[in-house]
Amino acid sequence: MGNNTILEARNINKYFREPVLFHVLKDINFSIKHGEFVSIMGKSGCGKSTLLYILSTMDTDYEGELFLNGELVSGKHHEELAKIRNSNIGFVFQFHYLLSEFTVLENVMLPAKKLGLKSFEEIEYDAMEKLKLLDIQEQANKLASRISGGQKQRVAIARALINDPAIIMGDEPTGNLDSHNAQNVMNIFKNLSVERNLSLLVVTHDHDFAEKTDRIIEMGDGTIISQ
Amino acid sequence: MINWKVILSISKTHLLSRIKQSSIAALGVTFGIGTFIILVSFMTGLNGLLDGLILNRTPHVHIYNEIKPSERQPLDLYDKWENSFKLVHSVKPKLTQAKIHNALPLIQELRKNPDVKGAIPQLKSQIFYISGSIELGGNLVGIDVLEEVRLFNFGDYVVKGSPEALNNYENGILIGSGVAEKMSLDIGNTVQISTVRGDLFPLKIVGIYQSGLADIDNIQSFASLKTVQKILGEPKNYFTDINVKLFDIEKAVPMARNIENQFNLTAVDIKTANAQFETGTSIRNLITYAVSITLLIVAGFGIYNILNMMIYEKMNDIAILKATGFSGKDVQYIFISQAILIGLFGGILGLVVGYSISSVIDTLPFETEALPTIKTYPVNYSVWYYVIGISFAMISTFLAGYLPSRKARKIDPVEIIRGQ
Ligand SMILES: Nc1ncnc2c1ncn2[C@@H]1O[C@H](COP(=O)(O)OP(=O)(O)OP(=O)(O)O)[C@@H](O)[C@H]1O
Ligand SMILES: [Mg+2]
Repeated sequence: MGNNTILEARNINKYFREPVLFHVLKDINFSIKHGEFVSIMGKSGCGKSTLLYILSTMDTDYEGELFLNGELVSGKHHEELAKIRNSNIGFVFQFHYLLSEFTVLENVMLPAKKLGLKSFEEIEYDAMEKLKLLDIQEQANKLASRISGGQKQRVAIARALINDPAIIMGDEPTGNLDSHNAQNVMNIFKNLSVERNLSLLVVTHDHDFAEKTDRIIEMGDGTIISQ
Repeated sequence: MINWKVILSISKTHLLSRIKQSSIAALGVTFGIGTFIILVSFMTGLNGLLDGLILNRTPHVHIYNEIKPSERQPLDLYDKWENSFKLVHSVKPKLTQAKIHNALPLIQELRKNPDVKGAIPQLKSQIFYISGSIELGGNLVGIDVLEEVRLFNFGDYVVKGSPEALNNYENGILIGSGVAEKMSLDIGNTVQISTVRGDLFPLKIVGIYQSGLADIDNIQSFASLKTVQKILGEPKNYFTDINVKLFDIEKAVPMARNIENQFNLTAVDIKTANAQFETGTSIRNLITYAVSITLLIVAGFGIYNILNMMIYEKMNDIAILKATGFSGKDVQYIFISQAILIGLFGGILGLVVGYSISSVIDTLPFETEALPTIKTYPVNYSVWYYVIGISFAMISTFLAGYLPSRKARKIDPVEIIRGQ
């Protein structure tokens, strides 16, 4: 494992026990280098989301080892994992998951407030910068429930960026968008990868999207077919 | 490390965006706490009133000479029949004075005791009130009026005139209200009294005394010690009773026993004299707390329900917070703090409502023959009840919020996200 590996999965196995025992992930091995933009593709139901939840440290019910920045995170306590997610991982969901009673700006600021390394003013400034980067700064003071789906998706990306994480993960982040907006989000990711040297891992069904990434991991039936 | 600022700002937003539900939950607490304050203020006010009625004017230790048959009969003194079986018929009490021997040194002695707030002598005598041809039996009690006012709230029971007037007039009398009514007497009039021996004295009425107990008011009157001693033709050291007030009522029992043993007198303590009294007080307190706790439990269930609902509505928010790095504990504190904020606002409002309604009750007229000094309903404004009230509110809302918040802590974000 080289020093520039950001994420590494070793022999990851996962089972669902309900309703019947089901071996959903079978011996998954792969790694992502620093600054790499990787996409995961595969048939519906082959276990992409399940894998991503494990990689994002939200799901701890698996076998095998997961390294983030060279550090073993498997087996750590929930509280510690929350901290790791907070500072190292930005997550973008398929559905624009925002806190609907908070403004756009507050939504972006929350993870940084939780991290608690910067003053309120610094966080506010950073959040505005991220919103500008995604070209939605005019919406900053609107309630999150009062903006369009594409705008929400960009806010979610801004939020994922706020703590300058080591890696951004996305589960079909464009799945809910029209082709224009999907194109837009793709460009944003590409820019982040090229200009900021950010590592990205994105699950997608969109071939055009995947073609533009550095590497495609092809999954089928709980195993990696090619990478 | 818990970042309270973030947690509180999130719970504030949650509460404010559901202002209707939050208010209803808080009003439940307000209702419980308000009722508690009203009930406890009124009940303890009433307790205080009844305490005042009986305890404040009852001496903690009452010392007197009881007339009873001698334990040792003359026969016992004759040693020739020492070991024989003796039988004495028709034992009668020895004729002795009701006077307390050496009363003045005894009073001096009692006043030196640091537990004693005051010890004052009284002189009780049987008299007749005479008005024309009517003769009414009664008591005339000689008192040290200023000390009676200081120690036993005597002034509260002088409904007309003033107790101090007894000292200002040579032959003044504070006449029982029942006596005054029967004989159509009022302040400024003169009443003739006659002693048991038949001596007649005119006394000037300087005030009317009303205890609220008809049996007493129909026979009893008060005059200064000097006046009564003069009427009876007795010297200045002639007293029949000594009343002692202590700083701590709990010491009454041992003190009474001590005095009996030391001085060969009868000493009755207040606990023995009013044994049933404390039971009433504690039962009233019990009812107050039982009712209030019931109300708070009902309010607590309201909060529990609302928070439970809130957590179901906020499943997505919980999943997002956890996915972006808030720990289970953070999420738990977000919901616990909402419960506590509801308790705090509802509780404070409850104190305000309780105080307002108590002060309204305080102004309602409540007049009764039995309680001459009481004009409005009694209310006790002790700060302690407000402290207890707000603590109650905080604890019960904390408990109501605890279970739902624990559920929020345990929610698995993956399950929620997958469920979309
Ligand atoms: N909670 C669960 N209990 C049991 N089986 C589950 C559970 N969640 C998912 N599965 C099964 O695990 C498999 C993988 O699911 P997953 O959501 O990872 O698929 P996916 O590759 O993301 O599919 P899609 O492209 O449609 O999102 C599926 O066959 C699904 O039925
Ligand atoms: Mg999926």
